[in-house]
Amino acid sequence: MIMILNAILVLVILINLFALGTSRMKALIHAAALQGVLLGLLPPLVVKDVGTLPLLMAAVTIVLKGILIPNMLLKALRDAQVKREVEPLIGFMPSILLGAAATAMALALAGQLAPAHSPLGLLVIPTSISMLFTGFLLLTTRVKAVTQVIGFLLLENGIFVFGLLLLSAIPYLVELGVLLDLFVGIFVISIIIHHINRAFASQDTRRLSSLKG
Amino acid sequence: MNMLILMIAAACIICSGVPGLFFRRRSATGQRLATMINVAAAAIGMAAVLFHEIPRVVAGGWHPAFSLPVGKLALGLDDVGAWFLLPIFLISALGSIYGLGYWPQRKHPTDGQKLRLCWGLMSGAMVLVVLAANSVAFLIAWEIMALSGYFLLTTEDGRPEVRQSGWVYFIATHLATLCLIVFFVLLRVYSGSFQLWPTDVTGLPAGILAALFILGLIGFGFKAGLVPLHVWLPDGHANAPSHVSALFSGVMLNMGIYGIVRVVVIAGTPPIWWGVVLISAGVLSAFLGMTWALAQKDFKRLLAYSSIENIGIITAGLGLAVLGLSMKQPIWVALGLGGALLHTLNHSLFKPLLFMGAGGIIHGTNTRDMESLGGLAARMPAVFRLMLLGSAAIAALPPLNGFVSELLIYMGFFHTLQEATAARWAAWVIPVLAMVGAVALMTFVKFTATCFEGQPRTAAAADARDPGAAMLCPMVLLAAACALVGAFPALLTGLLDHAIAAWVPSHRSIPLAGIINLWWITAMALPLLIFAVGMALWIRRWRRGTCEKSIGTWDCGYAAPGSRMQYTGSSLIQTMARVFRRILWRREQPVEIQGVFPPTAGYACNTPDPLLDRVAEPFLKRVGQMLESARILQSGAAQLYMLYILLIVLILLMIR
Repeated sequence: MIMILNAILVLVILINLFALGTSRMKALIHAAALQGVLLGLLPPLVVKDVGTLPLLMAAVTIVLKGILIPNMLLKALRDAQVKREVEPLIGFMPSILLGAAATAMALALAGQLAPAHSPLGLLVIPTSISMLFTGFLLLTTRVKAVTQVIGFLLLENGIFVFGLLLLSAIPYLVELGVLLDLFVGIFVISIIIHHINRAFASQDTRRLSSLKG
Repeated sequence: MNMLILMIAAACIICSGVPGLFFRRRSATGQRLATMINVAAAAIGMAAVLFHEIPRVVAGGWHPAFSLPVGKLALGLDDVGAWFLLPIFLISALGSIYGLGYWPQRKHPTDGQKLRLCWGLMSGAMVLVVLAANSVAFLIAWEIMALSGYFLLTTEDGRPEVRQSGWVYFIATHLATLCLIVFFVLLRVYSGSFQLWPTDVTGLPAGILAALFILGLIGFGFKAGLVPLHVWLPDGHANAPSHVSALFSGVMLNMGIYGIVRVVVIAGTPPIWWGVVLISAGVLSAFLGMTWALAQKDFKRLLAYSSIENIGIITAGLGLAVLGLSMKQPIWVALGLGGALLHTLNHSLFKPLLFMGAGGIIHGTNTRDMESLGGLAARMPAVFRLMLLGSAAIAALPPLNGFVSELLIYMGFFHTLQEATAARWAAWVIPVLAMVGAVALMTFVKFTATCFEGQPRTAAAADARDPGAAMLCPMVLLAAACALVGAFPALLTGLLDHAIAAWVPSHRSIPLAGIINLWWITAMALPLLIFAVGMALWIRRWRRGTCEKSIGTWDCGYAAPGSRMQYTGSSLIQTMARVFRRILWRREQPVEIQGVFPPTAGYACNTPDPLLDRVAEPFLKRVGQMLESARILQSGAAQLYMLYILLIVLILLMIR
């Protein structure tokens, strides 16, 4: 079990690095979708006795993160006629390096957190922290609205992974509620992207600062 | 069973505005439905409170099946709560009837539905505040009450001054809730449970206890409107629809008092200085509130300031009770708390009466400015008589209800002289309260005289007519209640004694009847009534005997007197305003008259809230200027904001 878990987590980290390095948005969305599906596989692996709830959660996660949300984003992308992230604030190569550094730092920092010493936590905590950082990196260095959404999605994925350790402590209801929130949030954002595109004739979120009072 | 009825009543009141949302905007059905539900639920609720035996203290109470992340909701009721429940039900029902005439859906298609929805929410939430038996339930109910109150205050949100006063209320209520959250968190930490009233904290360190008291006093003081914390009150009340002001002033302020009543006994016997603080705060509120009320030109602001005064008197009485608890003087407890509770009820009777009357005047003349009224006694006779009675009651004239409760509080303070204790200084409160009473009388003389007597000063006042039955009936009921409580206060002693006994269960209370025989008031009221009626009849006969002649008075050689030359309300109180000028802190444009034949001169004076106008606003403006440099951080770039979050997360991860 742990072996499969760790393999999936390594894949997830690789996807992170890929997300940091690619400029094509379609690839980015596909990567996020793949990561979502992989995350969906995790809950049944983590719990001791696989009941209906972990399976339900896995199914909901896969449907939402693997199918529904990526499709919405792809549609937003088609509507907005954007293909590439052209001018990131930090280049793609440096982003990958930063991401790698962040992952290394996550491994170093994770020891400070108590759950990291459980056998499960060995890789789970560093992965989640590294995903948090990746999400933040995307959010802070990219300017297109769709990329921002993906950054947000990766960030939430990191929190999801962290939540795996607490599955026994937090009711499933809360996790499912978070998933629902995420779905609604992205639903709204993809509508907003459409409107940003129409109002500013661009998806550049930096232009939003002209709305500042 | 009892609890279940009360909960159903509260739920019905909360939902009373909901059906109206589904009707068309100009249809009156929704409003009638809401009123019917509200009145029926309130009647059931009042019956449940009055006619059933309430268990002394409900520990635990009712737990719903679902739990919140922070804990379970628990509801319960004891006799103190029961006392506070009555006015909520009463004013909520009467106010919704009044709304049929004052705020009909037909004339207010845009905001009528919102108003009734929030009316139900707020009244029901106040019932829940009283029923709450743990801090989770309490805070939820409290916030529903505060937020729906905001939407009630800003019913006419198209007007900028309404939005402005709404903001001030919003800030004030959030500060209050902030204090309360800290209060309840501290309470949870030190008592180990969310359970409320009685909370079981014993052997707390004195510092924590003091912090709890201060936090509770500030949090609940904001709602009650104790003086430095009253800033939201005058403008909020003035700018809300009148029945909303009635609900706010008559009932919501009571919730603040309710909180303070509970806070002072969180740890059984309170320290002496709590009583001292309460008495000082109460006397200060009473004095400043009344003085500020005196100078107002807007009659709804006048009534709002008078609420501050009444809250002050209640707090002073409560302070005496606290002093009595800590110095083991059951007589002080009985008289102080009894007077405070009775005055709370009385204030919930006469203040809504006055606000509804004020609404009647606005309905008839479309102005809140006393200086443009006058002569309404002949034009709105019903409103005039009801307001006269309300004014007499609030000025504590016998045989009306304000007199009884203030008598109890005065007697309590006189009792501090009889015992050879260190609290003899408390008797100083008596002359101050007496002076406040005199100023109150003067304020309401000014109010009635300016609005109702003399000649109308504007055309609007000249065309005023009495409002319809929907608005008058609730007022008649309230006036009758004022007279009834004033004439037969002994009927209420049973409920009062129960409440006093339930306040601190471990304290051995003595019944009020053992200290003062309230039937004497009844006995004295009857001759007074007979005398007054006899005088009225005699004057009428005497006037019929003399023939009435209408001739101009000597007019100083000025041949064209106009109604605007009458004494205004401001001129009536000019001497007093001069005496209190350092407290009133008015904004005046003095008259400049020069020479023997002066040109046209003007005089204007305005009495904004001194604290808001001279202290809070300049201070906040300064703070705003100082924080201007912090705007660099707010660049508007979303990426930068995310970077801030990232940095914070990093720092949090780094530090152990």
